[in-house]
Amino acid sequence: MSIALFCIGVAGVLTRRNAIIIFMCIELMLNAVNLLLVAFSKMHYHALAATNPNAGIDGQLFVFFIMVVAAAEVSVGLAIIVMMYRNTHSIDVNFLNRLKH
Amino acid sequence: MNSILLSAIWGIVMMFSGVFTQSKSAIRYTAILGLILLLLVTCMDLGGCRVDINVHKMLYFDTFGMLGNSIAFASTLIYVLLSGRDMEKVGHNLAEYFALVFFILCGLSIVTSFNTLLMLFLGIEIMSIPLYILTGSDKRNLKSNEASLKYFLMGSFSTGLMLLGIALLYGASSTGTFFIDDLWAGKTSSEPLFMAGILLMLVSMGFKVSAAPFHFWTPDAYDGAPTVFTSFMATVVKVSIFVGFVRLFDEGFGASKEKWQLFVALVTAATLFIGNITAVFQQSVKRMLAYSSIAQAGFMLLSLMALNQVSKEGILLYAGAYSLATIGIFAILIRMKDYTFEGFNGLAKQQPVLAATCTIFLLSLAGIPLTGGFFAKYYMLSSVVATGHYLWLVIFAVLCAAVSVYYYFRVIQAMYFKDGDGSTEEQPSAGFKGLLVFVAALILLLGIFPQTLLDLLSKIVYIY
Repeated sequence: MSIALFCIGVAGVLTRRNAIIIFMCIELMLNAVNLLLVAFSKMHYHALAATNPNAGIDGQLFVFFIMVVAAAEVSVGLAIIVMMYRNTHSIDVNFLNRLKH
Repeated sequence: MNSILLSAIWGIVMMFSGVFTQSKSAIRYTAILGLILLLLVTCMDLGGCRVDINVHKMLYFDTFGMLGNSIAFASTLIYVLLSGRDMEKVGHNLAEYFALVFFILCGLSIVTSFNTLLMLFLGIEIMSIPLYILTGSDKRNLKSNEASLKYFLMGSFSTGLMLLGIALLYGASSTGTFFIDDLWAGKTSSEPLFMAGILLMLVSMGFKVSAAPFHFWTPDAYDGAPTVFTSFMATVVKVSIFVGFVRLFDEGFGASKEKWQLFVALVTAATLFIGNITAVFQQSVKRMLAYSSIAQAGFMLLSLMALNQVSKEGILLYAGAYSLATIGIFAILIRMKDYTFEGFNGLAKQQPVLAATCTIFLLSLAGIPLTGGFFAKYYMLSSVVATGHYLWLVIFAVLCAAVSVYYYFRVIQAMYFKDGDGSTEEQPSAGFKGLLVFVAALILLLGIFPQTLLDLLSKIVYIY
């Protein structure tokens, strides 16, 4: 399921033209990874719990770091989008072709 | 450890320096002082004199990573000395720009010394997020906005891919670990999950170092960003990510080398081809340099193919030679009125010193003997030859280097053999010229005694 979520995210990034929707799709990708990490963490716990009661805890720790970084990225990303909106009054990425030549 | 701590602290110092003083030169001198200190503590680190903090083996400090660090810090120092004044022209927040530069340095010292995938991820993010801001720092300029948005979207997309790769590697590891040494533990054959993880890591790191076919953001981001920051992105940041890249594939996936080597070979060949061929058709020198940085990344990828001692030394040499030359060219480019090739017409008559040093930098990038670039390329190629496989790639790389001579020489030809009024915006100061000559001399020195850089640094280790 997390792979499916991830694929929806990737497809969204590649096909949508609205910067905010692309941005949401990227967040979707990150959250899909979170889900996957938790699932793997559970899997490792079941496999190794007999020898190591802490097995699989790393995966859950990683999830928190992803959340923190994602929050930092959102703040910077939204600031960039707002900055662009102020100058162009649009958030359509098709607008972005001035650099082509 | 020293450099991580100091760069983070100095980043905060720089932020506050903007509050306490309005004087731009005071801020610049604080930054230069910070960089000198950073270089010093890295040397101390190399000598074994370091702050010991229990990091639970999450970071691992070896000579390779620390030499990479010191090259990055030294080139940042030269970069600030050469182009620090031009940063003032970008906007009003000089202190914050320097703060972001120091945070990037903090991120890169994590990337060069990570031992778990968690630290790799955090380090790369600490580097990327300030870079998105620096790219868009010219707020009124639509090009800068566009570059920043593109860079941000592509960068966070590749972060997503990297995270999926990390998650898959975690799932594939038999003990549920993120430590790069243990990923392969207990495996004899490659599982699909593990291979998918490696490929995703390759793709996402390829994005970060702008290897083809993941290079689409590079020309736009480099072209649109304020030229001072392009210079920083294309040199210091790029080569440090390469150090991390080599480290990851050497220690993490070294044991399963045969499985992924073909993919790296294909990426390398594509990068060399696309970078060099597209650079030929550019009209703007800045955009040409963006493509040339893709082409140079192709050469650095060769070290990822070989992964032996020669390639590790070679990538450090390459990092030094490439960073110095590119920082020098960009420092001259910033002063130019016109960024097209025509803008350089007749520069040799107006500014003989600038033209001469620029020629040396371009020759070094093209890999002409007697410059640092030649030996850097030589080391890269010989490391691949030493492995005995993929000789076609070596031949291909040499051909691409020959193509690159064409577009580098176009600039030299414009400067010396064409008449025009190519000139700088203002008369460059004597200090600026002196520093350029010094950098050019360093490059020549590297070319004549290629071992100097490495020997000098290893001597420092020996003294302590």
